Amino acid sequence: MSRLPWVAVGVAAVVLPPLASPYVVHILVLIVFFAFLGAAWNLLGGYAGQFSFGHAAFFGIGAYTSTLLLTRVGVSPWLGLLAGGLLAAAFGCFAGFLAFRYGLRGPYFALVTLAFAEMLRLVAVNWMAVGGPMGILIPLPKEGDAFWRLQFREKLPYYYVMLGLLAVALWLTRRIERSRLGYTLLAIRENEDAAEASGVNTLATKLWAMGLSSFLTALGGTFYAQYFSFIDPTLTFGVAVSVEILLRPIVGGPGTLLGPVLGSLVLTPLSELTRWLIRGRPGVDVMVYGAILVLVVTFLPRGLVGAWQAARRPRPA
Amino acid sequence: MKTLLWQACVSGLLIGGVYALVALGLTLIFGVMRIINFAHGALMMLGMYATFFLYDLAGVDPYLSILLVGPAFFLVGVALERGVIEPNLGTAESNQLLLTLGVALFLENAALALFKPDYRSLRLPYATQAFLLGDAVVNVQRLIAFACSVALALALWLFLKHTDTGKAIRAAAEEHEGALLVGINVRRLYAVAFGIGSGVVAIAGSLVTPFLYVAPDVGDVFNILAFVIVVLGGMGSFVGALLGGFLVGLAESFGAALLPGSLKQLPIFVLFVLVLLFRPSGLFGRGV
Amino acid sequence: MALLEVRGLSKRFGGLAAVSRVEFDVAAGELLGIIGPNGAGKTTLFHLIAGHHRPTAGDVRFDGRTIIGLRPHAVCRLGIARTFQIVQPFPGLTVLANVMVGAFTRVREVGAAREGALRALAFVGLAAKAEHEARTLTLAERKRLEVARALATRPRVLLLDEVMAGLGPAEVATMMGLCRQLRAEGLTVLVIEHVLRAVMALSDRIVVLDHGEKIAEGPPEAVARDPRVIEAYLGSARAE
Repeated sequence: MSRLPWVAVGVAAVVLPPLASPYVVHILVLIVFFAFLGAAWNLLGGYAGQFSFGHAAFFGIGAYTSTLLLTRVGVSPWLGLLAGGLLAAAFGCFAGFLAFRYGLRGPYFALVTLAFAEMLRLVAVNWMAVGGPMGILIPLPKEGDAFWRLQFREKLPYYYVMLGLLAVALWLTRRIERSRLGYTLLAIRENEDAAEASGVNTLATKLWAMGLSSFLTALGGTFYAQYFSFIDPTLTFGVAVSVEILLRPIVGGPGTLLGPVLGSLVLTPLSELTRWLIRGRPGVDVMVYGAILVLVVTFLPRGLVGAWQAARRPRPA
Repeated sequence: MKTLLWQACVSGLLIGGVYALVALGLTLIFGVMRIINFAHGALMMLGMYATFFLYDLAGVDPYLSILLVGPAFFLVGVALERGVIEPNLGTAESNQLLLTLGVALFLENAALALFKPDYRSLRLPYATQAFLLGDAVVNVQRLIAFACSVALALALWLFLKHTDTGKAIRAAAEEHEGALLVGINVRRLYAVAFGIGSGVVAIAGSLVTPFLYVAPDVGDVFNILAFVIVVLGGMGSFVGALLGGFLVGLAESFGAALLPGSLKQLPIFVLFVLVLLFRPSGLFGRGV
Repeated sequence: MALLEVRGLSKRFGGLAAVSRVEFDVAAGELLGIIGPNGAGKTTLFHLIAGHHRPTAGDVRFDGRTIIGLRPHAVCRLGIARTFQIVQPFPGLTVLANVMVGAFTRVREVGAAREGALRALAFVGLAAKAEHEARTLTLAERKRLEVARALATRPRVLLLDEVMAGLGPAEVATMMGLCRQLRAEGLTVLVIEHVLRAVMALSDRIVVLDHGEKIAEGPPEAVARDPRVIEAYLGSARAE
């Protein structure tokens, strides 16, 4: 792909938002937020080919860790980010080790990740010390505390934080793509047994993908908590979260760098638009998700990016 | 304590019958098509809505509505299989996973959009009593649901054992490649299996409507339970789904008796993860 | 001491003994043919050596140390590479990427892996197709791709599982040429083959399996005349 359009988009992404209305900035925050989460999921699901239906587990761990550290102990969410990420990565590697060690693949892997996320949700709902079903509210910051508490009065600073995170995720993905890890992840996706026979330590490689993916996803959880100032078990550990996370990279193009971004650019505004057009009818936006998922899987199995790449690929003679 | 445990036993077995029926539908579909149908719970939920509205708007008794709901959802299942699943049969497993997820999202949220998130309940003017079995309270509606589930499971078993289609289904489930080679019309089988699975789970929905609330998200719980049961019992195993249903019913009710709040579901998940790890083929299943 | 020693190797699947107390040595630089009727346990033998299955009994020693219990990637890293009876490429990746995965067993940087992969591709004659997707290759090309990928791991022992199956006469000849070249390079090769004239022509020695047991071992001419071998082939389906 030619670099220029994307450089232009990148520059626009940095320079234009201050000119937009708060509502538009909010949409932009969501676009970048879901693109980031999608990029995180993509490492495990798109590149390594291990479809997780339970990424909400890591999202929730991130959200709860940083929020509890902030509200109970007064630790800055900037540190809470790291704590949440590390905790999520540890959990991810633990769960991943169990799953991969015992050879769970495909739908079984998806089911076990779903189960893990549900288990965490149940624990969060029933554990009063972390707020139980009522969740945790993050009180507004005092004057001058905004930055270290990662709580801003306007949306624009949030946007730049998220944009920064997305840039990091994309940079990391790019680095991996061009490294040994990238090739071995794709090999595992394409044919795990052949990869193993060709010298790839599939267990260790998948765990790397799991660890990185879960770490990044947790960062998104922390951001969510700080942006919305409220978390509860369903908003963070619910199945809906897992679905939203995986939808964008699947539609945009699993296993591609820009798939999650493209997916979010298409789906996020679409979902907002649907919700606005059909006000008072909750659920229509997710109905649209469902329909798009079926259509994409049927007609564009490699997502939007994949379809574009296929159109450009030279046909062998 | 003894009363508590005995009650848990009875309640668990009663609901276990319904769980078994739900799982039977799922395992049938998996056995024949090797697809995990994420939309299974959504179909049950729609069956519940159908039953509810038939009663609310037309006064049709929920137990009679089974005669309508069953066949109707059989057709829905066939339509889904033909329209959505079949075009994608040759593709990667992961694709099929996403397909049924997409269908689930679509159906659940269609219900949400059409019927709103309000909980509805159907109150029958009869069969509201309960009686005592030893020290345990037995709710008549739950008993009817249990009895009908078991009867339907029996009917399904007879169908699989004695009819040509049923035997073909078992052949395809037992030896997938062999069935194809022997010339069994696999395409038709897929549609029939998916149809039966959908019809069965919709009927399960009808049976529980009198005593459970009806809402767009009510299928989620049954979905996950169905997965757990089918994995526990062995993917594609009839007996596994049946016994697994009772096992999980008991696990849940014992969990409810001994654990606070919604933690009652935790033992089921723990069981699920353990089975997936240590015996993924389940109690009665063939290899993974 | 032989490079590869197989001792009393057995594998049972439930009630079926797929491989039964098989024993043989492979000297460095040898080309050992492994033949036998269908279902004789040949591929299972490769699975056991490569670590894909754990044996029920017995041992496999590579360079004197036992390799039983090692996972396939570890066996590959030690220096035993294999191809599969039914080709297993990475379909969505380019031919070059396919082979680079093998090369990454030995090197860490992309550049070095690319070089190693191109060398392996040149050896099997697929360099021209480097940028094509593996799924677009013909069967014969896929077989060569599989050999290239195995070679990129710089093995000392190569297990070739029916590399000639399904190939036409010209393609078989090409493959035979490849095998001769591999041997000339000093590689130790174990070849499972049904194309008997090929395996007879290429092998230094041959091991014959039937119903999981070794029934003969020796130079090709001797094995060809062995009455037990003839019986085993005639006794099984004639439709070979």
